[in-house]
Amino acid sequence: MPATTIPSVPGRAKDPRAAAALGRRRARVDTAIRLLCTAATLLGLLFLVSILATLVWKGAGGLSLRVFTDVTKPPGSGGGLLNPIVGSLIQVVLATLLGTPIGLLVGTYLAEYAGNSRFGTTVRFVSDVLLSAPSILIGLFVYQFLVLPFGGFSGWAGVVALAIIVVPVVVRTTEDMLRLLPNTLREAVIGLGAPKWKMIVLVCWRAATSGILTGVLLAVARIAGETAPLLFTSLGNLNWSVNLAQPMSSLPITIYAYAGSPYEDWITLAWTGALVITLGVLGLNIVARAVLRARG
Amino acid sequence: MHQATTGSAPAGTTQNASPAAVAAPKAGAASPARQGGTGSFGGMAARSTAGMNAPRIAIRGLDFFYGDNKALKGITLDLPDRQVTGMIGPSGCGKSTLLRVLNRMYSLYPGQRAEGEVMMDGENIIDPALDLNALRARIGMVFQKPTPFPMTIAENIAFGIRLHESLNRAEMAERVEWALTRAALWPEVKDRLNSSAMGLSGGQQQRLCIARTIAVRPEVILFDEPTSALDPISTLRIEELIDELKRDFTIAIVTHNMQQAARCADQVAFFYLGELVEVAPAADLFTAPRQKRTQEYITGRFG
Repeated sequence: MPATTIPSVPGRAKDPRAAAALGRRRARVDTAIRLLCTAATLLGLLFLVSILATLVWKGAGGLSLRVFTDVTKPPGSGGGLLNPIVGSLIQVVLATLLGTPIGLLVGTYLAEYAGNSRFGTTVRFVSDVLLSAPSILIGLFVYQFLVLPFGGFSGWAGVVALAIIVVPVVVRTTEDMLRLLPNTLREAVIGLGAPKWKMIVLVCWRAATSGILTGVLLAVARIAGETAPLLFTSLGNLNWSVNLAQPMSSLPITIYAYAGSPYEDWITLAWTGALVITLGVLGLNIVARAVLRARG
Repeated sequence: MHQATTGSAPAGTTQNASPAAVAAPKAGAASPARQGGTGSFGGMAARSTAGMNAPRIAIRGLDFFYGDNKALKGITLDLPDRQVTGMIGPSGCGKSTLLRVLNRMYSLYPGQRAEGEVMMDGENIIDPALDLNALRARIGMVFQKPTPFPMTIAENIAFGIRLHESLNRAEMAERVEWALTRAALWPEVKDRLNSSAMGLSGGQQQRLCIARTIAVRPEVILFDEPTSALDPISTLRIEELIDELKRDFTIAIVTHNMQQAARCADQVAFFYLGELVEVAPAADLFTAPRQKRTQEYITGRFG
């Protein structure tokens, strides 16, 4: 065998002082990056905490039983937020019930059936556009199709507008969560002789439950605070009404109207309303997480 | 059939009373080959060519394609009834592909196709018109990574059974216990059948997957590197289990571990670059390979 001519170690000999200098430089860069990350986190937290603190500061004072038992009244005559709270509950719950199944099925179609087909890619693109569409646009759309032809504002129109916001959020998270599942799980189900629909319904959805539920909660949190899509649809109602065929009150619209008013007690109620929405969404998240943990 | 009287509490049955020691009855599916089996006790006699049982599955001239890429070239191989066929070879040689032909897993993926004959009970397994769910009930598969379903231990076992049979509660409890006992998992889980399967260890999860597979009472079980993600103790348990299962099931096992093939298999098939280079009783293939490539592979010259 001919002698090999490859040098044992290529390059110049190592300089211990240069290595030490390099080490010091890396330590400095490490410190700088860590400081930047910490500063950015603190900045973000600062805004979040100041928003929450303002909310509690201005809203907690107005919290009383009256807020939950009394309907909205003219300025100076007391009154609470019963009709906006109930109106918001009805519209958010119905919109979630309407939008979630549609979003779940579309997301499942995209993850399990569509693959990279042209139709699937198009649906995915349209859904993503809808996800970032300005919500006032959705309000105008529903105004055109459900308010004008049926002769007036209604709770149903508000429900549909909010449901349209729910759908793309649930589509996105459902598809993402299903795609995270390992393919071996699918093959294991199929390998037992299960048809594909049973694989999806009995195993994949179950394995992706917590992720999908997180998506639904995100959607609920978003529509609970949406004002724009309701302006042209359910409009708002100063009186007690749970008739979905009539204009319906909601917390965001009431906050919008009250916060812009010149009356001190209405402004306080607006802050209280905002606090109620925030606490409601927070409570829902806590409950959902507890339920998921209990289920294992 | 033996009736468990415990209803919803399978944990209460005594192990002696369970039908665990006997094979679950095959619903009228006994083939002539099954009667003809000589039984094998792993001795040298069983390892001679004459010791191979009649084929349960007969593969003849099988080609397989991933798109335009031919991954299997003219494979001809018998899987003898109630014996273990080990498949060895370097990565990418086609051994896992062959397993995925046998239960038609490849049909999930467009662009993959097989040509040739894979005969079982006079039917060609790769016939496009075949009922795949019925086929997969007869040919079960255990995967490289344990794949417990996100449900309880008992539900994991019951899942496969419910796909093909409707049993009452007592029958289901009995079958679940039988499957878990055959998979050597019953003593470890009998007190927590209703807790999540995700909490089991890796080795337990893999035995759960085996239990889930045999609960459907297949005739053939395919093992695709079943121990490559497990520690040595769990590996040993799975190997002992395979040895025990071949009394009732025809088994094919793909492995990268030649010692494992030598320990578990009655016959071993060596694959290289999509071809079946050599198939022989395990003792013969490892001690006196006829092909030069086989010898080079088993002596660690490549792969």
